[in-house]
Amino acid sequence: MRVCVVGCGAVGSLFAANLATLEDVEVWAFDAARAHVDAINRNGLRLVGAGEVTGRVRATTDPAELPACDFGIVATKAMHTAPAIAATAHAFTGGCVATVQNGIGNEEVVATHCERVIRGTTFPAGKILEPGVVQWDVKGDTTLGPFEAAPAPLEEIERLADACTRGGMPTTAVADARGPQWRKVIFNAATNPIGALTGLTHGRVCERPALRALVSRLVDEGKAVAAAQGIELDSDPEELIDYAARPEIAYDHKASMLQDVEARRQTEVDYLNGGIVEFGRRYGVGTPEHAAIWALVKGMEASWTQQ
Amino acid sequence: MTRVCIAGAGVIGSLFAGHLARVVDVSVLTRREEHARALNEHGLRVSGRAEFQAEVTAATTPGALPEPDLVIVASKGGDVDTMAGQLAGHWPGAILMTVQNGIGADEIVARHGGWRLLTSVTFMSGTRHSDTHVEYVLDTATWIGPSRGTTPADARTVAELIVSSGLRAEAFDDLRPAQWSKLIFNATINTVAALTGLRHDPHFAATGDPHDLGLLVRDLMDEGKAVAAAAGVTLGEDPWEMNVLATQRGHRHYPSMLEDVDARRRTEVDMITGSLVAEAHRLGVPVPLHEAMYRLIKAKEASWE
Repeated sequence: MRVCVVGCGAVGSLFAANLATLEDVEVWAFDAARAHVDAINRNGLRLVGAGEVTGRVRATTDPAELPACDFGIVATKAMHTAPAIAATAHAFTGGCVATVQNGIGNEEVVATHCERVIRGTTFPAGKILEPGVVQWDVKGDTTLGPFEAAPAPLEEIERLADACTRGGMPTTAVADARGPQWRKVIFNAATNPIGALTGLTHGRVCERPALRALVSRLVDEGKAVAAAQGIELDSDPEELIDYAARPEIAYDHKASMLQDVEARRQTEVDYLNGGIVEFGRRYGVGTPEHAAIWALVKGMEASWTQQ
Repeated sequence: MTRVCIAGAGVIGSLFAGHLARVVDVSVLTRREEHARALNEHGLRVSGRAEFQAEVTAATTPGALPEPDLVIVASKGGDVDTMAGQLAGHWPGAILMTVQNGIGADEIVARHGGWRLLTSVTFMSGTRHSDTHVEYVLDTATWIGPSRGTTPADARTVAELIVSSGLRAEAFDDLRPAQWSKLIFNATINTVAALTGLRHDPHFAATGDPHDLGLLVRDLMDEGKAVAAAAGVTLGEDPWEMNVLATQRGHRHYPSMLEDVDARRRTEVDMITGSLVAEAHRLGVPVPLHEAMYRLIKAKEASWE
């Protein structure tokens, strides 16, 4: 089996390095960061932290070098999906492409270039420490299922899930993968921008009752949009929010969006709150709080270039 | 009017006390004993736009001061209730005038006694250098209107007195239309600026894309307008038009709440958004977006406190 990870940042690296430990899987990585690619080709791709793994991965910045693959795993930041998949789609003409990105709308973008698409949601997280070395912060499950408008066959999805699980990334193949995806999107959209706008860590957001109630309003709007589409959440995002607030879990965690804001990088808000607003509009569900948060974060991004 | 008492001598109270002492007898009710002592011993120095020394009588209890015709309640918004409680039972013949940001300060005072009341909002500003020295910085006006038991003529009398002392003031037959327009404008522009980091610029009036900030600005203003309508107030200027005009002038105003956030100071969100939300709750008008803005600003303050 040949797999190519498209976007070998923290999450992409977790998949690439773990899959590369398997004898029967050949792993490629496409990434724009030259230093990271060179380090991977020189020393292998190394994970430290929650798991110590070094995987033999063929990395490249040149999409023309990619051979035909059975599977693609797209793990770029959501705003980079379109150019990344446009550049690499030729490698997947006979294969299936999964996205394990944050937010909603990525499958739709992938499907403009690929015929067989897998809707994925993953909870493991980490960060790049230096080129070729990734800190594995949190272990977690991954769910894969067919993207309804351009579905990959279920047996292929099971083949990929099985490989990920054997490689050390527990993964389940399901017929409807929207439940876990919306649970994660609602979790992220209700908490990440609150951290970004206030500067508070996840735990500190949750211990302010009025602010926690605002988080719940965002959760409720998200749930209503999911329900209007007939999506059954696999569990309540509120549980995940409270669980993550525990001191031993992620109390001190700065949401990735807060990290983006502090570094003045474009955030994924368009695919989180923006995605919920857009799906709400399509299904006739009002989402005024998500619209407000979306506008505030976009305003914040705009302030970095205000003269 | 020949005797005025300034209750609460922060920046605004000190500016009133210093100027008015040039035309009438001024007493000052302070919170701290040493503040009263310093004012009695050294008087009050005003610098900046004017330069002079004023004599005042100061004490920490109303019983120690002569009965005034006018009391300007100039304590900080959060302290109005305490100050009015201290005045309870004193000076039944005096007119009390509140000068706090936001709305509702006159109603808080009304709960403590049967005085006749004026309401006002002031746009002047200064810097307090010490207990006995205040610098007059911005010479913008104080707007005054009638409240319980007073008439437009009372508002004009006080405005004329203030103008005669060298400050700017304007009387309104009904202050509420202007006050509410200003409140809705401020509660929106200040909080949006403080959370985004944007100065007041064309982003605030953009409505073309679904995530454009103008849509949020308009929604916040619509919530505010619904509260004003429920309170029986017909707005003066339309806050949205004020917003659009201000963003077209090409001068990107630096809202004070953004200034506070940039300096990591506590903001005035309680007086501004807080008073709008409190009024909305009292009238049973839903204001979820202003509540969200309020909570986000309070949380932002907590991030550095």
